Amino acid sequence: MIAIKDLTVKYQGKNEETLALDKVNININTGDIYTFIGPSGCGKSTLLYVLSGILKDYTGTVSIDGRDINPKAQRIGLILQNYGLLPWKTVYENTMLGIKIKNDSRVLDEYSSYILKQLGIDALLDRYPKELSGGQQQRVAIARAFILKPDLLLMDEPFSALDAITREEMQELFLNIWKQNSVTTVFITHSVDEALYLGSKIVVFSPSPGRILEVLENPCFKLDNLRFRDEYYAMSTKLRKIVSKG
Amino acid sequence: MIKVLAKDKWQGALYSLVFVIILWYAVSLIFSIPIIPSPFAVFRTIAEIFQTKIEIHVLHSLGRILGGIAVSILLGVPLGFLMGYFERVDKLLSPLVYFTYPVPKLALLPIIMLLFGLGEVSKLIMIVLIIIFQIIITSRDAVKAIPEETFRSLQSLGASKLQMFTEIIVPASLPEVMTATRLALGTAVSILFFTETFGTEYGMGYFIMDSWMRVNYLDMYAGIVILSFMGFCIFTAIDIAEGYICSWR
Repeated sequence: MIAIKDLTVKYQGKNEETLALDKVNININTGDIYTFIGPSGCGKSTLLYVLSGILKDYTGTVSIDGRDINPKAQRIGLILQNYGLLPWKTVYENTMLGIKIKNDSRVLDEYSSYILKQLGIDALLDRYPKELSGGQQQRVAIARAFILKPDLLLMDEPFSALDAITREEMQELFLNIWKQNSVTTVFITHSVDEALYLGSKIVVFSPSPGRILEVLENPCFKLDNLRFRDEYYAMSTKLRKIVSKG
Repeated sequence: MIKVLAKDKWQGALYSLVFVIILWYAVSLIFSIPIIPSPFAVFRTIAEIFQTKIEIHVLHSLGRILGGIAVSILLGVPLGFLMGYFERVDKLLSPLVYFTYPVPKLALLPIIMLLFGLGEVSKLIMIVLIIIFQIIITSRDAVKAIPEETFRSLQSLGASKLQMFTEIIVPASLPEVMTATRLALGTAVSILFFTETFGTEYGMGYFIMDSWMRVNYLDMYAGIVILSFMGFCIFTAIDIAEGYICSWR
């Protein structure tokens, strides 16, 4: 479980301090996928940087399974909007980067091959990122995160740079792989549709400074043909109301 | 793609070579004085005297230039990387670099020669002293230009400082370092020529100046052509190396 208590983050600007997150409290259950939704600039990404150990300047406590955040000790998979691939590494080297840093065996084992195949990038291993489409690059980033077998998966609007059709494809593909692994996941999005489709719980953020307005159980999660159902429509309307009230 | 580009480059080089030779030939015909011999006479001289008279000078010059570039890279690149990555190192060394960069170091040649003698060490120091600054500054700026986001994935994986260097900083900065090396090469050839006019009997600089003193213009021109060709060869070698190392670009 990830326990966040009174998390407050301030950014030191040139003249004044900006409050990015204001006393955020939430417990994230192991094996669940939480989508965080809120307007842009509300501090969602800041939360992600705290969880990934990149941002260390905060007050309050954040722990993963009772231990402080430490990227060296924990396995944290991070998937960013701009994919976070290293352009000088081939697809293969990029997908193996996580376990290389963690000093695991670097050979392509059965699990890694399976993930690469599932994501449809097993034929692209010798290419460089610039030779791939945006969707393909994001598949590589997802492969890297899952091959790492993370304790915690953090995703920052990973599909927002993709076109609508590719985005829905990727959401489905991601959910498929996720269901087989059930990694604890924090998924940041600004799309109501995406929050509903991917989140077992939905956390709604207020505009800046970021506060948690509400944590919703998502009854739509794991329903088939979700986008064509009444439940989806009802939940979507409810969620939009909360977000716009924020 | 890479192959097509390389072919274009070669064709371009060939055309310019032909153009320069035609121009040179025309000038030699128009003036028809011994100080501007025909290019073909010069090429004939090269063929005749290269093995007997020029080869030893080429080897000496080549050794000095490669040595100078190698030392500058080995010292300058790590220093630039450290300055680029660690703010504190930069704050400490930047003023020093900026203060000494505009000093005309060629003017220091007498001092260097008094301190280190007339031999190889002085020549090497001269070359390194002048080109290392370009390499330090370029390496530092290349590291500073790496976007913050590039480091995020590795930070979240808990990568060590050493891993940051080997996985990100070195590969990301290499293209710029190659460019700096290419620029430094042109400077290095000029300094080489200058340093070889003192305290040595070997080197292309010596050969050219010596031919001039002996009023042997054909030999002098042969020396100039060979020295230029040498520079061109190293330039091309750096190009090819860059193509391999930076094939991801």
